[in-house]
Amino acid sequence: MNILYDPWPWYVAGPLIALVLFLLLLIGRQFGMSSNLRTACSAMGAGKAADFFKFEWKEERWNLMVVLGAVIGGFLASHFMSNNSVEINPEIAQQLASDYSITSAGTSYLPPEIFSFEALSNPFIIILLLAGGFLVGFGARYAGGCTSGHAISGLSNLQLPSLIAVVGFFIGGLVMVHLFYPLIFS
Amino acid sequence: MQYLLYVSIGVFFGIVMYKSEAASWFRIYEMFQFGSFHMYGIIGSALVLGVLGVQLIKRKNIKPVYGSEMSLQPKNKGVTRYLAGGIIFGLGWALAGVCPGPMYVLAGAGYYSILIVIVGALLGTFVYGLIREKLPH
Repeated sequence: MNILYDPWPWYVAGPLIALVLFLLLLIGRQFGMSSNLRTACSAMGAGKAADFFKFEWKEERWNLMVVLGAVIGGFLASHFMSNNSVEINPEIAQQLASDYSITSAGTSYLPPEIFSFEALSNPFIIILLLAGGFLVGFGARYAGGCTSGHAISGLSNLQLPSLIAVVGFFIGGLVMVHLFYPLIFS
Repeated sequence: MQYLLYVSIGVFFGIVMYKSEAASWFRIYEMFQFGSFHMYGIIGSALVLGVLGVQLIKRKNIKPVYGSEMSLQPKNKGVTRYLAGGIIFGLGWALAGVCPGPMYVLAGAGYYSILIVIVGALLGTFVYGLIREKLPH
């Protein structure tokens, strides 16, 4: 087994994420990966349409730099540090195959049934990806943060609003997977 | 120079997201099926260290390298926006199988379909900005 190619266990990844939080705090910033979407909207001129985007977005350019870094990090990790397959609980993999005909668990990083170029020939998949992104973008700004901003930053600072948001994240996620997936995918 | 620092932090974050498989659709699905401790362990261990570190920063009054205060402002009080926004976010998180950080990581990894998710996220952010005044907060 190879330490570079093997997936990192949770007890390595979690502390490294905490390190990202502290590094950003030490340079006067707050860890949050969804604010950059607002910054990007402002940079593209959304301030003309809504006051929400009228702010000094140039002061927030730093979060676009973190995004650029994340893109580079994804490139480096996938090309040089991974065999790009994800092993999950065999029971869940079996259930994905039998319920939704998603048979790629253990052989790919993302299911090609949803994320391959070929899958995009199905307009339903395009709508699914667009709708998923829309809900993430809308919900993150409505809630004032996402997994990093609330579940890591906010909860680390013992913020009750972040706890409420995280409870919301899980209600939404569980409803989607347990109630809507059977309707969407079968 | 500062920009280089932010890019470096982003690179590090991106590698951690990819290598921990937190950017994988399969891991998100498995988490919502309670099929593995993996994702809960990642968030939980980051959180335990985060709480301890933030307490240390506050007790010792540690100052950041740039600027005068740590960026640890309390969140505005309220329930509606956090619960409603949180649920909407969660629906999208499970539907697309990604949250905002991993979107960019996956774009860099060459999964170009994720660009559609990113366009959707930008649209969602934009529409929130448009109708914000009409929403209960």
